[in-house]
Amino acid sequence: MAGATPLRVLIGKVGLDGHDRGVKLIARALRDAGIEVIYTGLHQTPEQIVASAIQEDVRAIGLSIHSAAHKTLFPRVLELLKAQGAEDIVVFGGGIIPDEDIPILHAQGVRRIFTPGTPMQEIVDFVKGLGQ
Amino acid sequence: MCGLNRQVRETYADLIAKGVQGNQRAVARFLSLVESEDPEAVSTVHSLNRGATWAPVIGITGYPGVGKSTLVNQLIRLYRRQDKKVGVLAIDPSSSRTGGALLGDRIRMQEHATDPGVFIRSMATRGHHGGLAQRTQDVVQALPALGYDIIIIETVGVGQGEIDIVTVANVVVAVLAPGLGDDIQAMKAGLLEIAHIVVVNKKDLKGADTALRYLKEWVPCVIPTQALTGEGVEEVASAIAARVVRPQPAGTVAHSG
Ligand SMILES: Nc1nc2c(ncn2[C@@H]2O[C@H](COP(=O)(O)OP(=O)(O)OP(=O)(O)O)[C@@H](O)[C@H]2O)c(=O)[nH]1
Ligand SMILES: [Mg+2]
Repeated sequence: MAGATPLRVLIGKVGLDGHDRGVKLIARALRDAGIEVIYTGLHQTPEQIVASAIQEDVRAIGLSIHSAAHKTLFPRVLELLKAQGAEDIVVFGGGIIPDEDIPILHAQGVRRIFTPGTPMQEIVDFVKGLGQ
Repeated sequence: MCGLNRQVRETYADLIAKGVQGNQRAVARFLSLVESEDPEAVSTVHSLNRGATWAPVIGITGYPGVGKSTLVNQLIRLYRRQDKKVGVLAIDPSSSRTGGALLGDRIRMQEHATDPGVFIRSMATRGHHGGLAQRTQDVVQALPALGYDIIIIETVGVGQGEIDIVTVANVVVAVLAPGLGDDIQAMKAGLLEIAHIVVVNKKDLKGADTALRYLKEWVPCVIPTQALTGEGVEEVASAIAARVVRPQPAGTVAHSG
């Protein structure tokens, strides 16, 4: 399989809430779509997420955020990536994020936000699209 | 396009130099090139002076869920207290159907994620059999040259076919946990045969004593641990240290003992 390096993506959960069912479902769906998924588990800090993404040399970081802290956590992740010269790593996310905040996050550099109820296939297609 | 070409040619030496200076992105990029079988990256690894940059390679293997990653996490803690830089490769199988993989070993090691002296890399087997990833050997050779003092490989050992770890590691630690039942019979011909050190983890659980007593009849070095609390981990590290002998340069006499 020389040359055909599979797409690598880090999936993690930042913030305090301890539900990982949704994020695990996404991780499995991405694996089933042929992606190498690095799963970091719950309660990650932006620092841990970015250091892990760099060590794992991933194409993208998918963050699940259900605490209202998305307004600070996403920018922090983007800022840390930039500080390491790693702003080419795509950041996307999901969670209960108010509609009015989504354009703000996009403007800050978050590539895509998936709100609850998004069909899994849409997320898979988005991530696979990053490999092209 | 000459500019681009030059940039590509400079990349390998640059990445290694930056990696040695502690730039983890450079380390990660270089490992990806090696992993994807980039011929120049691989030949760069082969030409690195192994004698000058030798580091012990510790293989941790065992059935799913026995506590390998938790034990690795504790070993990292211990080696960091000794101020050693630790490189970890955590290997999990790729799906043979889709080529995808779910790599979750780092979950148990995330307390070290932001430590600049620790580099953790998850690797999928990418169709390779034998329990290791396709380019594990090359990646393992690259890490000492990138400044890492100790290399730990975690791999799932499920049977006789999954024992490539002996060819890459200087010392193989097989981790077991109570509740494996009659699998011990199968292990005698596989894991137990190749292991230098056998760890019975989850010693807090029922059945650990029985497993320990039984195993002591079969293998010389059995250590009970409770990886969650760190109990027994120093004994494991001592047993590892006793096994690992730095290869002597030609012409000198190796000391034993
Ligand atoms: N009771 C008990 N549980 C433990 C101990 N060590 C680890 N565990 C638990 O065992 C489970 C599996 O631990 P891991 O470290 O992920 O095991 P692993 O062998 O790396 O698992 P795979 O990589 O999936 O094969 C986790 O829930 C740990 O918390 C221990 O000493 N005692
Ligand atoms: Mg593990």
